[in-house]
Amino acid sequence: MNSQPLLPRWEHFEHEADIGIRGIAPTLEQAFEQAAIAMTAAVTNLDLVSPSKVISISCEASDNDMLLASWINELVYEMSTQGVLFNRFEVIIDEDTLSAIAYGEAVDPQKHQPAVEIKGATLTELRVYQQADGTWVAQCVVDV
Amino acid sequence: MDTRQFIQRDETCWEIKATGRMRVPAVIYADAQLLEAMDRKVYEQLANVATLPGIVDAAYAMPDAHWGYGFPIGGVAAFDPDQGGVVSAGGVGFDISCGVRTLQTGLTMDQLQTHKQALADALYRTVPAGVGSRGRIHLNHDSMHGMLTGGAQWALEQGFGEEQDLERIEERGCMAGAEARYVSPKARERQKDEMGTLGSGNHYLEVQRVAKIFDHEVAKVFGLRVDDVVISIHCGSRGLGHQIGSEFLTDMAMAAAKYQISLPDRELACAPLNSPLGKQYLGAMRAAINCALANRQIITHLTRQAAETVFPGIHLGLLYDVSHNTCKVEQHMIDGQKKSLYVHRKGATRAFGPGHPDLPEQFSETGQPVLIGGSMGTSSYVLCGTKDGEQRSFSSACHGAGRAMSRSQATKRWQGRTLVDELAARGIIIRSPSMRGVAEEAPLAYKDVSVVVDVADRAGLARKVAKLEPVICIKG
Repeated sequence: MNSQPLLPRWEHFEHEADIGIRGIAPTLEQAFEQAAIAMTAAVTNLDLVSPSKVISISCEASDNDMLLASWINELVYEMSTQGVLFNRFEVIIDEDTLSAIAYGEAVDPQKHQPAVEIKGATLTELRVYQQADGTWVAQCVVDV
Repeated sequence: MDTRQFIQRDETCWEIKATGRMRVPAVIYADAQLLEAMDRKVYEQLANVATLPGIVDAAYAMPDAHWGYGFPIGGVAAFDPDQGGVVSAGGVGFDISCGVRTLQTGLTMDQLQTHKQALADALYRTVPAGVGSRGRIHLNHDSMHGMLTGGAQWALEQGFGEEQDLERIEERGCMAGAEARYVSPKARERQKDEMGTLGSGNHYLEVQRVAKIFDHEVAKVFGLRVDDVVISIHCGSRGLGHQIGSEFLTDMAMAAAKYQISLPDRELACAPLNSPLGKQYLGAMRAAINCALANRQIITHLTRQAAETVFPGIHLGLLYDVSHNTCKVEQHMIDGQKKSLYVHRKGATRAFGPGHPDLPEQFSETGQPVLIGGSMGTSSYVLCGTKDGEQRSFSSACHGAGRAMSRSQATKRWQGRTLVDELAARGIIIRSPSMRGVAEEAPLAYKDVSVVVDVADRAGLARKVAKLEPVICIKG
């Protein structure tokens, strides 16, 4: 009667003016990766992005909630200054430090039809927690 | 919301009594219908704002209020530094000094009609819009500093615009007290190639027709007649403002305990006005205001260049430039005493009434132009500040329509291409790099701005002067 092992996944949740991003996964790291994928999905169709460019990112914060906000803000910064969209991530979290590799490609308005520019992570609905079944959830609202 | 939770002061004024930790009451300006449709979060967030140290009079919400970050969008709150008052990054928002600027073209609809496509093409070619778009200006260390401290005045010195533009911009185009040293390297990096860009989301450049005049006397002073063509620009401080907003939001959230501020909600992140962090934020936020003013000034210059190619010799003058995400020091009367207060307006437009000393002479009898943007394909409005507004909302009015549904709901319901065709059939030309972006900004995804503006007028926050209808819309 074993249930299927949970696969990492992402979803959006409703916010009146902006967009909620949520990653759900067996590990904390994967939940952070999925939240980042949810953010890209708010901008463009994920299938349109090819993971040809690689960028390293690291950040730290005193707790998991603020670490998620920092992670998202670091990605927003890279997206903005490098002009890239990411669709694949490898995250390692060691206590209060996150290091990651993000894969993506340069924004091509024709190809990606980017709908919105993410301004930053808000503290609205910002929560990182482990559910009763052991899976991790990492979520926040991003301002667009 | 259930209107029975409020004390109704009059037809458009609803009070939440100060209870529990609230230091002052909270007041929402709306009619019964708008209030019933308003998100319950507005009630919670406004009541939370009323608990913050040093808040005076009341926490206010405008008729377009909706769920924001700590503060509701459409929120107005004033803080007294002598009573431990605070400044809040969430009370200003991420897009610092986002605002609207309206230009007069001197054209009538008859003159525009045959050149509509050409003007749409010229504007779309000339004004960078959308995600990843870059401006033609590259800021180095010195020019960045000049921009952060000089605002639109700096832009003018670089050759973008005309001297007479400045008196038609709040703060005469330059926010005093900007401290560039508090603007982080990351914020600078995000901005160095983004000057003169519109951005995306609900930002736009729109060619509009004056469709109706409500107040002929004031409209005459503002230079507006039915069938005149105007151009409105809605955008803000771009990546620089977003970065400053994000950084200080988290810094303030972490520092609240240090300043012994007990927050009912972490998002209300704030710091005492007199604290180092509070002062750093004020310095950086004012630099971001200058960035927004410079950005709209450069876009104005690009708009003039584009218009010139279609209408040689045309002159575009400013009606006015307003910002709706700010915290500014202003003089207000509290209990018969003049006080210097830090007024936060998050999604609210300043609306100084007749006789206010900060207004240019031309508007001393009318009050300032209050520019309210609609959504793509819907009307916008020009209002004027009132004397009553001073008492009712620290001279503040609404800022726009506010969303009625989320972006994902909108994309499920509409397709960008279909919307563009439907609007074209109504004579409205849309130019945008993203059809998905167009779908997310569908006209019906927003509340009816006319209702919001009617209530602002009836509540005495600002008075209706003219209604504008879109003709060409360049969407980011």
